[in-house]
Amino acid sequence: MSEETKKNKDALLSVRDLEVVYTSSGAVVHAVNGVSFEIEKGKSLGLVGETGAGKTTIAKTILGVLPDPPAKVLKGEIVFEGRDLLKLSEKEMREVRGKKISMIFQDPMTALNPLISVGDQIAEVVSLHENCSNKEAAQKAMQMLEMVGIPADRYEEFPHQFSGGMKQRVVIAIALACNPELLLADEPTTALDVTIQAQVMDMISELQKKLNTSMILITHDLGVVAESCDTVAVIYAGEIVEYADKEELFLNPQHPYTLGLFGSIPSLTDDVDRLKPIPGLPPNPEDLPEGCSFHPRCPHATEACKKGVVSYVEAAPGHFVLCNHCKDCKKA
Amino acid sequence: MSAAKNVKKQKKNESMMKLTMRRLFRNKTAMLGLTILVVLLLIAILGPLIAPYSDIEQDLMNCYGLPSLQHPFGTDELGRDILSRLIIGSRASLEIGLVSIAGSAVIGIIIGCLAGYFGGTVDNVIMRFMDIFQALPPMVLAIAVCAALGPGVNNCILALIISGVPGFVRMARASVLNIRGMEYLEAATAINCSTARIIAKHILPNALSPLIVQITMGVANSILSASSMSFVGLGVQPPNPEWGAMLSAGRNFIRNYPHMVIFPGVVIMITVLALNMLGDGLRDAMDPKLKD
Repeated sequence: MSEETKKNKDALLSVRDLEVVYTSSGAVVHAVNGVSFEIEKGKSLGLVGETGAGKTTIAKTILGVLPDPPAKVLKGEIVFEGRDLLKLSEKEMREVRGKKISMIFQDPMTALNPLISVGDQIAEVVSLHENCSNKEAAQKAMQMLEMVGIPADRYEEFPHQFSGGMKQRVVIAIALACNPELLLADEPTTALDVTIQAQVMDMISELQKKLNTSMILITHDLGVVAESCDTVAVIYAGEIVEYADKEELFLNPQHPYTLGLFGSIPSLTDDVDRLKPIPGLPPNPEDLPEGCSFHPRCPHATEACKKGVVSYVEAAPGHFVLCNHCKDCKKA
Repeated sequence: MSAAKNVKKQKKNESMMKLTMRRLFRNKTAMLGLTILVVLLLIAILGPLIAPYSDIEQDLMNCYGLPSLQHPFGTDELGRDILSRLIIGSRASLEIGLVSIAGSAVIGIIIGCLAGYFGGTVDNVIMRFMDIFQALPPMVLAIAVCAALGPGVNNCILALIISGVPGFVRMARASVLNIRGMEYLEAATAINCSTARIIAKHILPNALSPLIVQITMGVANSILSASSMSFVGLGVQPPNPEWGAMLSAGRNFIRNYPHMVIFPGVVIMITVLALNMLGDGLRDAMDPKLKD
């Protein structure tokens, strides 16, 4: 990516050249391979990609909750408010985690402790981070419940008494209880059905604007991105293959993979019998192809793509594509 | 209106503890179990005051006496009143049963949680140690403890605790491994809970139900093993009474004088039953899914 985006002073979080691998019984899984992006205060970034592309690994690395072993950060830095999170001690990280950066988990069914009432679970994060009495924490928890649209008198109820959508609201309330600077939403709507998805996404976006929180939204649903993100990074095999403003990406997608993703979305207006899926399967992250990792599935692949390093090109200001064949691109 | 107000009031600051107690007190079976236990404990405390005869005084004219009005539970091979021996013996038996299980449960659960939570090398080291302990037959262990520390009830309890720990470690570890992968633990890390807090607040309560059953079942085993340990000089020494010892002494006469076995056996059974009823009730009361 170009130098000027790398050195953006306003960035709340900037991830540079991050590489994460998992080692399991001798095999090395390259989950994240040199990812760089950044996010400004109050903005939201969508990480889009299919299963196993490394999206969740990126989020967990930022939060410092990667299971180590087997996961290992090989290189890169994650600069948050001027400090490299990867270099912080566990003690310093504790001040960041949950307070300044918090996470919404994918599956609300298992993300709540079944034996603690939902109110107490929200109060727990408040009392862990803010110097306050239990009573104040409970007060705050009630406010949070009201904020996510759950009546405060359900404070004493347990997770099994809530529906999936309500549980996800509770999870969101926990994530937002300490007014974090950055919210990592890891497929927050995947486990929910479509009508509830819309409600939950609306709520997340609304609260994000209201609290002026930055957000990294991890999803494989371009529709969700279209609704609630400012910038989009498309991830394939642990690399960002395309990075642009939302409008730019949706109007002018360049990378063959992104085009493939758009081709797989059913259209309301055109009458087609079959969708056009991307041929082939995502590469095995233990054994990534040489050259451009997308070349085995790419309709435009040439010999040059199979070998050699592919570098980012700029299709439009701020629109980066990792491809040799980008039509209207100039070398970045 | 007033009912609604009441509900509101209850909902405010009712802790998990209070909730559990309230639900436990509504459970009739559990309350019956608790009542029996309280009665047993009272008997143990008041022992010498309520026992009709002396527990060690022999009456050789009245050996092998069948239950009668003078001796409701009969007499044993030396003419001692079985009822009195049971009453006095309840002290030693309950002490051995409850204390040894409580000891091994507390130690075992703590170690098991650590092994299950941290996994990897910690787990491996702990579990191999437990393997060593389990490879020793409890009797050999008891002899070793006896040789090292001398005879006595307290050393008997110690031997029972040591031999009971590996079972609890295994069970706690298995139960922790079950919930180790749950997302709410990851969520707890993500909101910055300390490890101790995660184990105490998020793992232990969720891992507890199989352990409660094991605890209540373990008391009976403990009382019975204690009786075999008196053989190597640990535990209660003759002529002092103890339920397990009475049971094993009466075994020789089971054909002609079954009452010598039946009454100690029934008392042990009642104790275990009461503990089981209480334990089951406790487990149900702690599970919010079975609410009301």
